Amino acid sequence: MAKIIHNPLVLSSSRSAEKSESCCKLSGPTSFMSSKFLGNKLLSTNSATSPATRRSAAVVAVSSDVVKEKKLKSSSSLANLLITKEEGLVLYEDMILGRAFEDMCAQMYYRGKMFGFVHLYNGQEAVSTGFIKLLKQEDCVVSTYRDHVHALSKGVPARQVMSELFGKTTGCCRGQGGSMHMFSKEHNVLGGFAFIGEGIPVATGAAFTSKYKREVLKEDCDEVTLAFFGDGTCNNGQFFECLNMAALWKLPIVFVVENNLWAIGMSHLRSTSDPQIWKKGPAFGMPGVHVDGMDVLKVREVAQEAIGRARRGEGPTLVECETYRFRGHSLADPDELRDPAEKAHYATRDPITSLKKYLFENNLANEAELKAIDKKIDEIIEDSVEFADESPVPARNQLLENVFADPRGFGIGPDGKYRCEDPKFTQGTAQV
Amino acid sequence: MAASFGVSSAAAANAVKSPALSPPSLPVIRSEARPISCRVNKSRKAGKITTKAVAAQAENPASAASKPGHEVLLFEALREGLEEEMERDPRVCIFGEDVGHYGGSYKVSKGLADKYGDLRVLDTPIAENSFTGMAVGAAMTGLRPVVEGMNMGFLLLAFNQISDNCGMLHYTSGGQFTIPTVIRGPGGVGRQLGAEHSQRLESYFQSIPGIQMVACSTPYNAKGLMKAAIRSENPVVLFEHVLLYNLKERIPDEEYVVSLEEAEMVRPGEHVTILTYSRMRYHVMQAAKTLVNKGYDPEVIDIRSLKPFDLYTIGNSIKKTHKVLIVEECMRTGGIGASLTAAINENFNDYLDAPIVCLSSQDVPTPYAGTLEEWTVVQPGQIVTAVEQLCR
Repeated sequence: MAKIIHNPLVLSSSRSAEKSESCCKLSGPTSFMSSKFLGNKLLSTNSATSPATRRSAAVVAVSSDVVKEKKLKSSSSLANLLITKEEGLVLYEDMILGRAFEDMCAQMYYRGKMFGFVHLYNGQEAVSTGFIKLLKQEDCVVSTYRDHVHALSKGVPARQVMSELFGKTTGCCRGQGGSMHMFSKEHNVLGGFAFIGEGIPVATGAAFTSKYKREVLKEDCDEVTLAFFGDGTCNNGQFFECLNMAALWKLPIVFVVENNLWAIGMSHLRSTSDPQIWKKGPAFGMPGVHVDGMDVLKVREVAQEAIGRARRGEGPTLVECETYRFRGHSLADPDELRDPAEKAHYATRDPITSLKKYLFENNLANEAELKAIDKKIDEIIEDSVEFADESPVPARNQLLENVFADPRGFGIGPDGKYRCEDPKFTQGTAQV
Repeated sequence: MAASFGVSSAAAANAVKSPALSPPSLPVIRSEARPISCRVNKSRKAGKITTKAVAAQAENPASAASKPGHEVLLFEALREGLEEEMERDPRVCIFGEDVGHYGGSYKVSKGLADKYGDLRVLDTPIAENSFTGMAVGAAMTGLRPVVEGMNMGFLLLAFNQISDNCGMLHYTSGGQFTIPTVIRGPGGVGRQLGAEHSQRLESYFQSIPGIQMVACSTPYNAKGLMKAAIRSENPVVLFEHVLLYNLKERIPDEEYVVSLEEAEMVRPGEHVTILTYSRMRYHVMQAAKTLVNKGYDPEVIDIRSLKPFDLYTIGNSIKKTHKVLIVEECMRTGGIGASLTAAINENFNDYLDAPIVCLSSQDVPTPYAGTLEEWTVVQPGQIVTAVEQLCR
């Protein structure tokens, strides 16, 4: 039986007050974690104020069945550890990769190597790592414009992402997508979308394909799709339409809300009638879960269950991750609107620092091992910048390629030949 | 298209076609099957499929008796095309409102849900933007969805997904993902359906890079275009017309597809080139009957491919007649006719003896009243007058 410990958050915003008053408790013996869980139960794991008490208290509250299945490798006196050493190091490395990459992006942007709108993920790494490290290669990830780290977590090499940001032809999208449109067929990253909410139906479609493969094509398919989006998106029609369809057809999808409280300069509380996004799941017939998105272990636990539900064919889940972006909305945002006290508070909850602390406290890793990982990641990032710098820019002949999968779509020219047969077409100079 | 000459204006919408045997005086032009040297979509198979622009059996009247074909209404032809493709490829599925149990609001998908199940013929909730986006996601991950807009006008709600995702995603992903969707539905001005149900979306979609647009006008090309669109790796928007669903024609029994990029020669002639598509084809043919009686010889081309334009067929015609009349149902501003005028002026300016005349619908929301509605769209009388003026 899972117990919930409620500790009101002490924040400069009024967010905590609203949350603690109407947080849901579990009823009865069924818990979200058990596989016999049916649609409408609600769970809320509120985070406590201080990292130390939060971690141990919440672990007991949330971990029920999941923990019992884990092997205990540590000789720590804590009864149940959530991760093994290997897993811990994988999580740490992934978060460091995300953080270091984004920091390098900022540097490169201010040096004039990348342009346009670049949205960095600093501070939210726990969500990406917590969820995506549980996926197989065939599972799909759909994201928004804040997608660099999702792509990296899913396995897209840092070189390809950096090249894409530099607009080089060796980028994952041949330089044609840019920061906001990271795609990878190999790693099943389905974008990278500039308009918020636009990717959610695409994710729903990918989940539909998974169900279709299983039920119509009779293939052995248990692929799941994760859709990442923010708090602002949760007021958008496409969000609600897709919650409805996903629940209706029990699609294998997890809707992950990265609630960082701010949509550029619009506070979530100023734009949303009921700011508790997780509540919107049960309205459509799926579980709604709230989790501390600054704690990778908590996110991972919830992710495990949500992804498990989807794989078993039990349908979608809505997971609201309370998280925070340390930088502005984009590199063009001076970030003057947010209260420094709020920023300072969340800085103390830096997910990387928290995981480090957990690893040390439970003797899962030592300083030297983590420093080795830091160094390894630094080298990867340096290498990716070098690779991107040295890569060629797209040639003119790339202009007209890829507009159509079948280039006959450019039609028939006045001379009777298909335009794609015109040599100027392949040179990129044809007028189409 | 001999039959259309005998059709009166009242029955234009319910034309019953005699078997598509053309009398020897009206040879039917077909396109040459073009061998493609550049990247070809792999689904194009040789063998039984003919890729001709118009009915193959017209070439050989004697053999028509041994291959009589079968008579269908246009919506049935669409269904045949859909069904054949669903049979051929299990990844083809249909998304739309009331496509399943209801059989489609114009019965295009009738019976398919019984045959293929509720997942392959998916009854969606009323959420155009989202289910069109869902079709994009499904297409990216391996399926081949056909999205039905119950009325094309409803797809305005899906513009975000059609433009950003259907059209642009292949390019933005650097060619990694293909979006082999077909988006289809009835549009055009009907019988007093009111402004919002009488929209011509081809003009709004035409600028979207990365999509192809085709408009069907006969049962033969409806089935052929449906099949070609489903087999294409590109996203294709197939425009049908509300008033043409009950057209009857004899179509071949054997399998065929038509080319998505080619125009259809309806009636060869010498005096003037009339370019049209969809329902206006019938107004043009009606006007052509009058014109022939008055001694004119119009060449009528159904452009069929709204994006891209088949400038070869169109160009050859202009080089012969030197005069162009465009008759369309789009509005004057920013319509298909406007783009076509620009394209012809750019490419064939030297061959024109007179400025291009473009007859389009008035730039008004389609009124409900019957008389007003009649005056918003181009009528055969106006076409006759325009040709007379052009050929003066």
